[in-house]
Amino acid sequence: MSSQEALERLYKIAEEIYEDLSQGEIPKMRLAARNRSNIVFNDRYGVWKYGDAKITRSAKKLDGAYMLLRTLYVMEFIKEMIRDKKSSTLREMYYISEGWGLAKFHSQDESNKLAEDLEVITGFMREDFKLRPEEDGASIIGNITIEEINRKGKPMRINCRDDVGDSGYLIPYNVEKDKVKFVDVDADFVIGIETGGMFDRLVENGFDEKARAILVHIKGQPARSTRRLLKRMNEELGLPVVIFTDGDPWSFRIFASIAYGAIKTAHISEYLATPTAEFVGITASDILNYDLPTDKLNDRDIAALQSELKDPRFQTPFWAEEIKLMLKIKKKAEQQSLAKYGLDYVTDTYLPEKLTELGVLS
Amino acid sequence: MGIAHRMAKKQREISVAEFFEKNKQILGFDSLTKALVVSVKEAVDNALDACEEAGILPDIYVEIENVAKDEYRIIVEDNGPGIVRKNIPLVFGKLLYGSRFHAIRQSRGQQGIGISAVVLYGQLTTGKPTRIISKIKEEEVAYEVLLTIDTKKNAPRVIKEIPRLWDREQGTRIEVTIRARYVRGKQSVYEYLQQTAIVNPHAQITFIEPDGKKTIFKRATDKLPPPTREIKPHPHGIELGELLNMARHTKAYRLTSFLTTEFSRVSPKIAEEISKKAYLYGDMRPQEMGIGEAKRLLEAFKKVKLMAPPTDCLSPIGETLIKKGLKNVLGSLRPSFYAQPVTRAPKVYSGNPFIVEVGLVYGGDIPKDQPVRILRFANRVPLLYQQGADVITKAISNVDWRRYGLEQRGGQGVPVGPAIILVHVASTRVPFTSEAKEAIADVPEIREEIELALKALGRQLRLYNVKKERKSKLSEKFFLVTKILPEIARKSAEIVEKPVPPLEPVISKIMNVVWIDEEIVKEDGRTKVNVRVANYTSKALHFTLYGDYPIGNIVETDGMAEEDYIRWDVDIAPVSYRNLYFILEDAEKYGETNYYVDGINPNIVIGAEPLPGDWNIKLSEIEEILEDEEENEEEEEELIDEFEEVIDDE
Repeated sequence: MSSQEALERLYKIAEEIYEDLSQGEIPKMRLAARNRSNIVFNDRYGVWKYGDAKITRSAKKLDGAYMLLRTLYVMEFIKEMIRDKKSSTLREMYYISEGWGLAKFHSQDESNKLAEDLEVITGFMREDFKLRPEEDGASIIGNITIEEINRKGKPMRINCRDDVGDSGYLIPYNVEKDKVKFVDVDADFVIGIETGGMFDRLVENGFDEKARAILVHIKGQPARSTRRLLKRMNEELGLPVVIFTDGDPWSFRIFASIAYGAIKTAHISEYLATPTAEFVGITASDILNYDLPTDKLNDRDIAALQSELKDPRFQTPFWAEEIKLMLKIKKKAEQQSLAKYGLDYVTDTYLPEKLTELGVLS
Repeated sequence: MGIAHRMAKKQREISVAEFFEKNKQILGFDSLTKALVVSVKEAVDNALDACEEAGILPDIYVEIENVAKDEYRIIVEDNGPGIVRKNIPLVFGKLLYGSRFHAIRQSRGQQGIGISAVVLYGQLTTGKPTRIISKIKEEEVAYEVLLTIDTKKNAPRVIKEIPRLWDREQGTRIEVTIRARYVRGKQSVYEYLQQTAIVNPHAQITFIEPDGKKTIFKRATDKLPPPTREIKPHPHGIELGELLNMARHTKAYRLTSFLTTEFSRVSPKIAEEISKKAYLYGDMRPQEMGIGEAKRLLEAFKKVKLMAPPTDCLSPIGETLIKKGLKNVLGSLRPSFYAQPVTRAPKVYSGNPFIVEVGLVYGGDIPKDQPVRILRFANRVPLLYQQGADVITKAISNVDWRRYGLEQRGGQGVPVGPAIILVHVASTRVPFTSEAKEAIADVPEIREEIELALKALGRQLRLYNVKKERKSKLSEKFFLVTKILPEIARKSAEIVEKPVPPLEPVISKIMNVVWIDEEIVKEDGRTKVNVRVANYTSKALHFTLYGDYPIGNIVETDGMAEEDYIRWDVDIAPVSYRNLYFILEDAEKYGETNYYVDGINPNIVIGAEPLPGDWNIKLSEIEEILEDEEENEEEEEELIDEFEEVIDDE
């Protein structure tokens, strides 16, 4: 059982800490540097993963000492969960740490980061540690039939067009094969949509049926489960994936995390990233070509774009051109700005044009 | 009679009073508030000079009474040698009495207009005479003299002179009533006396304000400043008028002997050379020298090579006493840092020797958001006016204080921050910008000396700030090794089911410092200071610790109480603590004690400085080492881009 192995790996960390201390050495952990300058392209998976740069978290510094201490407590907590056949959300772990004295987390960011650090160090996933995120409400509408194992352990078939309400099929946090199976599909491609407003527009306009599309509301930066599911639909069902977002630097990053791998989770990019995903828009060129209503870039936007110019994931002619163009026009636009030309414009004109350009529609 | 002669006659007829009235500005009586400060200053300077010349520790009493609207009586009393009866009217009732024209020495009097000007000002503005009481040791009685000045003759007019009993053994008291206005704060009598107390730590000054408020600036040392020595003028520092005056009054019969006897650094050979270059006969009578000849002589002075004037005639306050004076007077502001003051070696400008001294205090209750306070002194006399015109202000503005930890727009101008800077210029001739002698002129040699001294203080300030930062970083580590690390050990031992390992070796690796910290406990009027010395190194150490406490008297300690510091010989095992203590009395406003160590590498000590003896030599060296260490501290921690991807993963 992989949870048992994960626990053994954590136990080994505790042993190393103890060994260091009893030999008069400062205890430490080494892990991959988790930042932009340490992600490299992995040819085998076609995604971006951490490179060889390592950082040391040692008890010499307060941050490192806290991390070591918390790791020990988390280890004990995981051991108890495995024994009691329970699991906990990351938020629950944050609250449980209230009773850990000095090891208490001061914010959920700290506990989330530690969970990721432990993944990076051990090579196991947080699910192996019985830790899970909360549902984030991302959903699917389209002609795909899924079989999900429900709370009672029974398989349940759901057609994501006919068996769901207006909000669609909610993506659970665990979308691995043992939980979610694809039974049948009748569609030509998958389209991930950033905002709820645009998702609803495509649903209301019947874009899923008209264009034979599976609509996925990715809800801003997509959760791991959403990214994992996109990847599975792409690989197992052979469906092309396209991403439709706002036209601003933060949306470019949403696309990058789906297609190339996110910096924070680069250790598991091969599970989460869909290298063949395409970006539909809104691009900077769209802002000009479709003469869209815009907002001015603020200082943070500009800094984000400049940072993207240095981001190894964006080193393609397409992105270099779009990022530079956006910096030049100093403008950004929302998806819903297409409504300038009427409610049907996006489904009748914009998407068909763009998707044809990408070769997804013919 | 030509017009010039008629005018000259008329000019002579102008009374002293008229002259005074017309030149009030020059003499410093241009405003009612300033008149009061200047008057007190004249009296106090006289009192200090009199005491010091007689080798007496000054004990000065100053009182200001409000007599009527805009009318104040100034009372200044000293414990000096007193003035012999027949001289009393001359000292107080004749303008310019006692000033010797070519006496070259570092003195306060050089700056004054003389106490008689105050007497005259009082008489002109209030019509009241001045009362003087003086007693010399040899006489049984004191003499009380009531006098005014005969402005036509510039002579004292004694109204009354009576012998009287006085409870003092010796001393002088002056009571003069003047038109004035009393203020507090900037450019006030209080400020003048406070600053006087800083640079005259050997003096005790008692001050009673018009509302009866009493302030005592206590004596901080029993050591009198060494007497200043009179030197002959150096040819490079002489001016035309002075030269003519000297020539007229010399006892020499020949020019060459005039030059060798009345000037310093002029040998007979050089005297010959000078007279030759001035196209003057060596045997000319100096008393007959005219303006043209004097000018040629001045030119000739410039053409000969001369040794610089002797500089041992100057009497700097000294580094130790500046610090003491600052502590004594500014202690109530609880500064967290007293820089070791800097007394530069004597230098010379245009034939005049001078010395620059600077001091700096920082932190505590000194306001953080205001320009630093500048305390300017010339020959131990505070300069309160014309700050902007002073070379001291210019030098301070020229230094880039940003690198030393003070705010300063564009790296010039008076910096902003919680600091007070003291600058003292001592010279046989302080070059003032004007006759009012309120600001020192911008002489490049003097400015350069001040800047160099300020930079030395700036480096100390930076070092202090670096150490403070390091200390706060280390206090984090302190928490780490005393709280977190034991928890890591306990928890990991629990998980692997083994005994908790000893942590000392790891602690010494993480800290590797000797940590000195104090804790203050106030108990029934006493201040108990607990000093904790923690050895977080892996070695047993033996060193000496010195505690230089700011105020108060030691009543008990487990160290050796020396004159004004405490010494401990510390023996301490690796990763262990020692608790030391001392108890102070009269230390209501106790700030921080400065700790010094000796016999240990000061770089591993936090909370104490190397012993000041080798302070200046090692300072830069230590600074560099510290900065290196700081770099190493950065380790492998990598900065993550501020706009790093934010992923709402959950």
